[in-house]
Amino acid sequence: MRELIARVRDRWSDSDVRTDGGEAASTRSLLDRDSVRSAPFWLPAVLLVGLFVYGAVLWNFVLSLTDFTGIGEPDYSSLDLENYFVAFADPVDGFLSMFGLGGEVQGGTPAWSSLTVDPVWNSLGNTIVLMVVFAAACLVLGLLLAILVDREIRFENTFRTIYLLPMSLSFVVTAKFWLYMYNPQTGLINIALGVVGIGPIGIVQNPDLKLGAVAFALIWQFSGYAMIVYLAALRGIPSSHFEAARVDGASTIKMYWRVIIPQLRTATVSALVVITVFALKAFDFLFSMYGGYQPGPSADILATRMVREAYANQNWAYGSTIAVILFVMALCIVGPYIYSQYKRGDL
Amino acid sequence: MSTAEDGRRPKRIALYVVLVAMAAFYLTPILTGLMTSITSPESYTGQSPYLPPLEPLLPGTGSFSLQPWTTALGELGRGLANSFILVIPATVFSGLFGSMAAFGLTNVDWRGQVGIYATLIAGIFIPYQAVLVPLTQFWYNVVPLQSLFAPLTVLPFVHEYHWKLVALIVTHTAYGIPICTLLFRAHYKKLSDEMIEAARLDGASVATIYRRIVLPLSIPMFAVVFIYQFTQIWNDLLFALTIIQFGDAAVVTQELVGIGVSQSGTNFPLRMAAALLAALPTLVVYVLFGDKFAEGVTA
Repeated sequence: MRELIARVRDRWSDSDVRTDGGEAASTRSLLDRDSVRSAPFWLPAVLLVGLFVYGAVLWNFVLSLTDFTGIGEPDYSSLDLENYFVAFADPVDGFLSMFGLGGEVQGGTPAWSSLTVDPVWNSLGNTIVLMVVFAAACLVLGLLLAILVDREIRFENTFRTIYLLPMSLSFVVTAKFWLYMYNPQTGLINIALGVVGIGPIGIVQNPDLKLGAVAFALIWQFSGYAMIVYLAALRGIPSSHFEAARVDGASTIKMYWRVIIPQLRTATVSALVVITVFALKAFDFLFSMYGGYQPGPSADILATRMVREAYANQNWAYGSTIAVILFVMALCIVGPYIYSQYKRGDL
Repeated sequence: MSTAEDGRRPKRIALYVVLVAMAAFYLTPILTGLMTSITSPESYTGQSPYLPPLEPLLPGTGSFSLQPWTTALGELGRGLANSFILVIPATVFSGLFGSMAAFGLTNVDWRGQVGIYATLIAGIFIPYQAVLVPLTQFWYNVVPLQSLFAPLTVLPFVHEYHWKLVALIVTHTAYGIPICTLLFRAHYKKLSDEMIEAARLDGASVATIYRRIVLPLSIPMFAVVFIYQFTQIWNDLLFALTIIQFGDAAVVTQELVGIGVSQSGTNFPLRMAAALLAALPTLVVYVLFGDKFAEGVTA
């Protein structure tokens, strides 16, 4: 069977030896190549993505090297890395400040500004905390839910549909719901806390609780996704593995820990990639929750910082610089993933 | 009843208790919003926002009213219309281009296609922030779309501000192609090579094979892709915020951000009604086609 397909593939491929031969054959076969004949199909997509995604990414990098601010056109005549030095100013204290250590972090004064511009350490730290907490909680909750749903329950479809429901909503909408839940006067969270004698607390404006509140709402929205991914993976494990562990007399918890969870590696990696990238994109949620570009320093992530620098402060070049940092972070997560998929031939 | 079953019974009950509690966790914010949204703002106290407004039957819950929904519809009407003008073409185009690209890169076999495909789908994970400033430059300063679009305003129902929606449609189409290509490729890999080869031996061209064989077989996949793209584009705020910015072309997510806040405080019934109204199209799609949505997100 495989041989047959390989033969079919061969006949389709570029190396196909054509029988018509002769002088005209070289130009003819060039136009006749399958890569060319299929071009009308893949070329529009490649051009659109090439221009609007990759072209824009490159252009953004060039913009990050300029001094572009305010209204008007960017000046491409003098390019330098100054914005990156500002973004990562005071590296030692800045790096330590992400873990709540180190001294006062000093900003820099770039050529395009008369004011001190803050480095990205604070928002970078928040981004990493949000990403780690959010991703870990989503995966754990998703896995637990998937194991429960996988235990031959009744109304499985209904439960699954409910768990995944928040994912179909917009960040803007879920931010409104959670703003209401967290509200100090009428919010359900504070009503619940009141029952156990705490509160009421202004969760959304409290610098110590803000980022946690955002993470919690995002976990609510995306843990269903992790559940669906894990459920699909659990269903793919042959039932003989479950039975073999049973026969060995392993307890349920031991069986999952020793036999089943190690087999979920692929699912974990793919869910993790998607979920961390969601966290990088949490801008919409914060913008809606805080009604604008100012979530405050303790909930400021790179995604909000970038848009604020560019669109509220019109520090376009600095915004582009932060965008490059975000892009590199996404690349570090996704690059190895796509490469490993390619190596395994799953692409 | 055997003893083994007796032992399992409390476990099963505990299992269902946990499952129902988790369902409540996911549903509570939405249901609380729904109950608040049908409370008349004058009678709203917020003492028990999770209860239906059944005054005088349940004291303190406020009285039933659809007024928040009608107010929300009035305030979001144009945003909803703009969102539909944006979402429908952007969904169809990104799906169509994605399907064509997946066909050209999967069912026609040639060297170098994996490289192009990998680059294409890496686009799924690129944060929007990485392209925002160039896109704003492109649509406002490089391409004179506004003046190119102006002659079209003689057509019925076309307004001058629609040019911004055209810019947003093109942007969302380009950004949607990678995920659409991924979804379609997974499907096209499973198509039988023999069938396509047979058509080819009969002299069918690449285009004919796509139109006659592949396209009809992709209809279930188109449903998955359209549902996914519809939800994604409808729910987006960031591209709209930076490409439309403000004005008559604002889409529903932009309008929703500032709704229900005034000098006199927050009008929670209005805000919840507006949030649910903005979510309604995606909620309806999800409730009707939940399985297809799940298929899209897990691909």
